[in-house]
Amino acid sequence: MDRRDFLKLTGVGLGGLMLPAFAGRVIAAEELLSTLDVATKKKLADVALQAAKAAGAKYCDVRIGRYLRQFVITREDKVQNIVNTESTGIGIRVIAKGTWGFAATNELTADAVAKAAREAVAIAKANSVVQSKPVELAPVKGVGEVSWATPIVKNSMSVPIKDKVDLLLGVNADALKAGASFVNSMMFLINEQKYFASTDGSYIDQDVHRIWVPMNVTAVDQKSGKFRTRDGLSTPCGMGYEYLDGRKEDKVELPCGVTVYGNSYDMREDAIAAARQAKEKLVAPSVKPGKYDLVLDPSHTWLTIHESVGHPTELDRVLGYEANYAGTSFATLDKWKSKNFRWGSDKVTIYADKIAKGTLGAVGYDDEGVKTQQWDLIKDGILVNYQVIRDQAHILGLKASQGCCYADSWSSVQFQRMANVSLAPGKDKLAPAEMVKGIENGIYIVGDGSFSIDQQRYNAQFGGQLFFEIKNGKVTGPIEDVAYQIRTPEFWNSCAAVCDASDFRYGGSFFDGKGQPGQVSAVSHGSSTAHFTGVNVINTARSLG
Amino acid sequence: MTIYSEQQAKAILDKAIQASKADGCTASLGGSNNGNIRYALNSVSTSGLVSECDLAVEVSFGKRTGTATTNRFDDASIEAVVRRAEELARLAPENPEFMPPIDKQSYRASPTFNANSAAVTPQYRASVAAACIEPCRKDKLTAAGFFSDGHSFTATANSKGNFGYQQSSGMDFTCTVRTDDGKGSGWVARNLADVAQFDAKSEIRTAIDKAKRSVDARALEPGKYTVIMEPAATAGLISFMMFNFDARQADEGRSFLSKKGGGNKLGEKLFDERVTMIADPWDPAAAVLPWDQSGLARERTTLIDKGKINYLHYSRYWAQKQGKKAVGQPGNLIMLGGDKSTADLVKSTKKGVLVTRTWYIRMVDPQTVLLTGLTRDGTFYIEDGEIKYPIKNFRFNESPAIMLNNIEEIGKPVRVGDDESPFVMLIPPMKIRDFTFTSLSDAV
Repeated sequence: MDRRDFLKLTGVGLGGLMLPAFAGRVIAAEELLSTLDVATKKKLADVALQAAKAAGAKYCDVRIGRYLRQFVITREDKVQNIVNTESTGIGIRVIAKGTWGFAATNELTADAVAKAAREAVAIAKANSVVQSKPVELAPVKGVGEVSWATPIVKNSMSVPIKDKVDLLLGVNADALKAGASFVNSMMFLINEQKYFASTDGSYIDQDVHRIWVPMNVTAVDQKSGKFRTRDGLSTPCGMGYEYLDGRKEDKVELPCGVTVYGNSYDMREDAIAAARQAKEKLVAPSVKPGKYDLVLDPSHTWLTIHESVGHPTELDRVLGYEANYAGTSFATLDKWKSKNFRWGSDKVTIYADKIAKGTLGAVGYDDEGVKTQQWDLIKDGILVNYQVIRDQAHILGLKASQGCCYADSWSSVQFQRMANVSLAPGKDKLAPAEMVKGIENGIYIVGDGSFSIDQQRYNAQFGGQLFFEIKNGKVTGPIEDVAYQIRTPEFWNSCAAVCDASDFRYGGSFFDGKGQPGQVSAVSHGSSTAHFTGVNVINTARSLG
Repeated sequence: MTIYSEQQAKAILDKAIQASKADGCTASLGGSNNGNIRYALNSVSTSGLVSECDLAVEVSFGKRTGTATTNRFDDASIEAVVRRAEELARLAPENPEFMPPIDKQSYRASPTFNANSAAVTPQYRASVAAACIEPCRKDKLTAAGFFSDGHSFTATANSKGNFGYQQSSGMDFTCTVRTDDGKGSGWVARNLADVAQFDAKSEIRTAIDKAKRSVDARALEPGKYTVIMEPAATAGLISFMMFNFDARQADEGRSFLSKKGGGNKLGEKLFDERVTMIADPWDPAAAVLPWDQSGLARERTTLIDKGKINYLHYSRYWAQKQGKKAVGQPGNLIMLGGDKSTADLVKSTKKGVLVTRTWYIRMVDPQTVLLTGLTRDGTFYIEDGEIKYPIKNFRFNESPAIMLNNIEEIGKPVRVGDDESPFVMLIPPMKIRDFTFTSLSDAV
């Protein structure tokens, strides 16, 4: 599905990072609950591994994937679309003559799989002619037959469509009742049933679940011709339907009066708040441009972390593999080698992980069979590491991959994708209310908005959903037309404080795009509320005459 | 091979329509062979060939619809996919905005197929990569690029007797060349219907030249500048604006084309009178299918006529509600211009900035279509008609609705592809005054 198809489907721009491939056949809802038999998958995987070796592969990995998606899309009192899709097939990757080769097929028979394995080897051999250096794979010890599953409480796919429709239409009705002119709400559910096998001796069966419930509320003042929107404050996450329980203990009221959400989400409550706040935005005063201290809520900060830390620490960008499209990175190897490149202030420790419960990136093993883990990227402000996969580890002198390999489909080649990247909470006890007290002239930002960053990840500009002025230690009221511009190292060096772990929450991207042809991945970014000093804020209001 | 002939496609679609017991049935069949080669660090990184073919069946009972797809086309599979769509339709809630299948349309074939582009071989793709990599290796430069080609067919039919079939093909090429010291970067792009018109050896010279010339860029103060925008630099901004040419959004009061007090700005002059934009499926330089995704026949339409909003898209539902005629949504954007090249526009510029490419364009405020983004891979300062020196990249915050009122000169349109746009575009280079750069970027 391209961008326009998606916009058509939803009727509204979502501000997601990239939109999903909409591949696969449409299926009935009950089929979303079935799985492929593990013994059958192992048999097919062994056929592929043997065929690849017989054809001359030194290494082979096999991914048998069943990718299930359910989308429910509504506006006001209407269900615009309900789609269930499934895509099943096998992707086979080999190293022959020191070169990667890949082939995939949706035909899950022994003959078709063996043929695809031989094709992958033939492609590797053909491409070896233009290969400058042979692939060097960091070793992985085979783990035998193992399994991993997202720790969900309630499988979203098992919840009847009617319940989902009732929830979304209820959300829409609540928003309209609270004064919204228009409302769009959606539910995106994903289940990746992935089986990985390799010549290292691993047979890994994984069952991965993700959920996202975006919402967009619009308030229109026809008289003035003005309109404002407020997106929902949910986060996409690696959870089951229990994320929509909206438990009391997961609600946080911020010093600016906004309720935000942690491990579960009250969508109906947020819809009512969104309608009220969208109307407030219509009349809120416009920001005076200049330097401000910023207090950034985790519902906002995730996107700043994603763009200005997550992407520039991807080693393939640093090396130049993404130069033609996504770009390179300012975080060059010499900066890392110097061991003293100051990315941020000493309050800034940023780590990567693929293990945190409830996150989009959490899996047991990555898509090349590496057990997942957590590691520091920036320690006390200094760049200390990158995100790597098996064929990159040797470049950093690492003995093992960190497990950052991912493919968005059985038919896509796996490559380096971002792990969860999060700002570690402050070590000292500090709550957002205390943080605000120390600020003379600031802006409190909640929710993610417009975002744009250059191809080396230096210059970025971010908007938000809700902005509040802070004067002399107090939140005075909402303001509008705010965007801030940063130069990445200066911005992170201006980090004056990060609240403690009790304030730690996640945000994330459900459809993060990378590569040519493009692939999507899902990734979470956690943080506690953070304070940045002297940030350049612009006014985004314009007049068309 | 997944390119079915018209006869084969019709036979499959007819079987699906006949199998349906629903009130209405629309079936679409599409297949493609897409090849690509990707290279970086002066070496091929991946290459591939993806063949796909899918049949989608949408059926309706009253106001309930269901959709199912399959990639198997034997009789039993076609029957099964229709039954599945019917089953989903029975379970679906009623859609108050449901529209029945379209009436029989009259499609006039458009020249979307080019035999050369449908016959690209793996050897040819490798030769494109080599043509870029070899001169770079020799010149201490690094090439990273992507070449893709595609051949596809689309067929549509419904229970009211509508039928259409057409083949398409084309190619897209982009390449970024960087100096080994990381101080210079240049880019070239070419999107063509006919691969025979493509010469990688010649195109790569543009990226090489820009990479070398962009080394040691100087910093200019952000502010308002006269800019010469190459066609690829404005395509993203214009395309973003055209997403908003939707009548319903405008009538609902949530578009820059909404009128204060209600209604929309259809018929109002919003841009410089030199701005004329048309959609024409039959333009040989930018041909697209003669029908849109809903199956409605496209027409040659003047979207913006001498600065005046001449067209808004009415979906079938919204057209019916507003008493308008629904026509096919445009698939291409053809902005009219003159005869001058980018180089000619540079020559006539006293002081200005040449922008090769814009990047990461995002909406800041839909009320005014204020967009932000950055320049990239070749930004130069112009003085007295000459490129004087490379300058550091800028971030811009600008609305295309304002930009198209600040036109100094328009050059000759060229075909442009854009990763984030669904439109095939013919966009001219433009000289624009008072373009708003809000900050500097250190990115090369």
